Amino acid sequence: MTEIRAETDVLPGVDRAAPLLEVTDLHVEFRTRYGVAHAVNGVNFRVSPGETLAILGESGCGKSVTAQAVMGILDSPPGHVTGGEVRYRGLDLLPLPEEQRRRVRANRIAMIFQDALSALNPVYTVGFQLGELFRVHRGMSRRDARKRAVELLDQVQIPLAKARIGDYPHQFSGGMRQRVMIAMALALDPEVLIADEPTTALDVTVQAQIMGLLAEQQRQRNMGLILITHDMGVVADVADRIAVMYAGKVVEEAPVHDIYARPAHPYTRALLESIPRLDHKGGQLNVIRGLPPALDAIPAGCPFHPRCDYAQDACRHDPPPPYAVAPGRTARCHFWREVVGDE
Amino acid sequence: MSDRADVVLETRGLVKHFRSKVGAVRAVDGVDLHLRRGETLGVVGESGCGKSTLAKLLVGLEKPTAGEIGVRGQNMAALTGGALRRARRHIQMVLQDPYTSLNPRMTVGDIVGEPFAIHPDVVPRRGRLRAVQDLLDTVGLSPDHANRYPHQFSGGQRQRIGIARALALKPEIIVCDEPVSALDVSIQAQVINLLEQLQDEFGLSYVFIAHDLSVVRHISDRVAVMYLGKIVEIGDDREIYEQPTHPYTQALLSAVPVPDPRLRGRRDQIVLSGDVPSPADPPSGCRFRTRCWKAREVCAEQEPALQIRDRSPHPSACHFAEVRDVLHSG
Ligand SMILES: Nc1ncnc2c1ncn2[C@@H]1O[C@H](COP(=O)(O)OP(=O)(O)OP(=O)(O)O)[C@@H](O)[C@H]1O
Ligand SMILES: Nc1ncnc2c1ncn2[C@@H]1O[C@H](COP(=O)(O)OP(=O)(O)OP(=O)(O)O)[C@@H](O)[C@H]1O
Ligand code: SF4
Ligand SMILES: [Mg+2]
Ligand SMILES: [Mg+2]
Repeated sequence: MTEIRAETDVLPGVDRAAPLLEVTDLHVEFRTRYGVAHAVNGVNFRVSPGETLAILGESGCGKSVTAQAVMGILDSPPGHVTGGEVRYRGLDLLPLPEEQRRRVRANRIAMIFQDALSALNPVYTVGFQLGELFRVHRGMSRRDARKRAVELLDQVQIPLAKARIGDYPHQFSGGMRQRVMIAMALALDPEVLIADEPTTALDVTVQAQIMGLLAEQQRQRNMGLILITHDMGVVADVADRIAVMYAGKVVEEAPVHDIYARPAHPYTRALLESIPRLDHKGGQLNVIRGLPPALDAIPAGCPFHPRCDYAQDACRHDPPPPYAVAPGRTARCHFWREVVGDE
Repeated sequence: MSDRADVVLETRGLVKHFRSKVGAVRAVDGVDLHLRRGETLGVVGESGCGKSTLAKLLVGLEKPTAGEIGVRGQNMAALTGGALRRARRHIQMVLQDPYTSLNPRMTVGDIVGEPFAIHPDVVPRRGRLRAVQDLLDTVGLSPDHANRYPHQFSGGQRQRIGIARALALKPEIIVCDEPVSALDVSIQAQVINLLEQLQDEFGLSYVFIAHDLSVVRHISDRVAVMYLGKIVEIGDDREIYEQPTHPYTQALLSAVPVPDPRLRGRRDQIVLSGDVPSPADPPSGCRFRTRCWKAREVCAEQEPALQIRDRSPHPSACHFAEVRDVLHSG
């Protein structure tokens, strides 16, 4: 396996000492006949081996588009990356020719999606689709590829893997399909796995199984995991660090314990106060007034200001930079000191 | 069941089987429950366990295969035509998907006022515009919005439209089928608060169906847990969340991630193996036995009734029901 790995390492610019994946000031817009939607407006984050970064945010805030831009699978047109860098081991992927990009995608950075059924090919058996990866990218024989496919299905805990390898995706339950998709993503030993709402469509008992599987595989392989979700419970269970997104920006980034104990951005704080709790009954829920902005009309200054309880004049004019709240912790709020200080 | 006079809705032996190629799908298979005035009964369970079918039975949108539904002393299951229509007035429904449950070609005013056309005696024709505007105001929408179309509203606003329509006939009971599942958390809180406020204002009784156990805990007085067409455990908030006795309830609770990283690794983890069996071919005896870590021979032979047991102070359908505080409520 090592010699095949070397194939991507000889890509000029790859430096094993550089951070595993680092996204800097990423911008993405969609140009449609209705206007320009600013979906991603300066996103920064970094993932290290063995680390889980959660990207948390509400519908439409740009989580999936960020992931698509990182993977190089943006729907384009209408989508365009208009700025920023996506560095894998120091190498900026954005300017790479598609062929090299594809190699990195296959071998280094893999992705799983919310809807496994649409991500798997309905007309081929699961065994064929898995085996194909080993034949094309690893030059394995049909027999070896098949053997590896069975091993992999075993690893993701598909019961009777050997017998099920000839089944088609629709013959699996939702949870089993998600396992198959995870197997496909892990097949070529990626260093980074991006999981976009991998359990949102599943029941909670199945979600628990899948999250357990992801965590176990990550540990064994020392992968960087980017988990995209809107579920603050899932985040609390698995993430090391969190990036909270709002209107296409990371408004707060912090280690998981800090964010839950003392949020530094009013949006994070309001989100945490608006969820009902399982472990106690609790009183009236806090409400964030209004709605997230339309992406073709993001408010000037801080995009959260029309909904924010802390907002003052400066917020209406000056876009807050990512203030350093603590080492490894940033918040895009002019008044983060007050937010952190509030009980 | 303390005071019968308090009960506004009651089912006995409620069954709904659907015909299919693989045989009868037992979507709802013997449900007994009651709802008291001003109370919220939560119904939780995983996909396909029969929650929506139960909801449709309760509001008369599906005809039961067997069993009774008592509303105001009448068995709704036996009613037809005008009598059924009149009985339905008292029990309305709010649906999950604000995107598909509203007719895109009707104005919001027509949508909210539609029940008046079906029950013309409720509000005289001349007063209808005013009534619609009042309803919009009640749910926190501008009365001027009556002329707009659903696509001009956000998800949360559309859910308000659905709630306004459900309120039009001044029902006693509203059955909410996953009313906030499609909404973002911040919007979800707005709709939950609205439902609570309306309940206080109009003395409404709710059946609140959801798969999110945290939301259900927040809003419910009592909770019923469903598995494969049956209620397996029912009790008040404390009984279900702090002293669950059915293994399925315990597994469900332990699987819900709690938004508190300090609890990581310190909670009971009950990971169920396998998937839910098909409702067309449920296991013999206890339907949960194929995934249950406590299952013994008797579980395959005898169906456990939903009843109070030696070690379960509230009704539980498990031969080995026993309290286990999976959330460590203390
Ligand atoms: N192909 C596309 N064409 C036009 N606009 C798009 C396209 N894909 C995404 N967008 C816009 O970009 C914005 C961000 O979308 P994105 O899918 O990243 O949201 P998200 O945070 O993943 O939300 P969700 O939680 O609903 O998945 C949205 O407003 C969306 O309308
Ligand atoms: N009209 C129908 N014809 C045949 N089968 C049906 C019909 N409606 C529901 N079912 C089946 O009955 C069972 C219960 O479905 P139901 O929609 O009540 O579940 P649910 O608990 O609401 O699930 P979800 O959480 O996914 O909404 C399922 O197996 C479903 O496939
Ligand atoms: S009755 Fe038996 S199978 Fe059913 S839940 Fe209890 S222990 Fe499990
Ligand atoms: Mg998305
Ligand atoms: Mg349903």
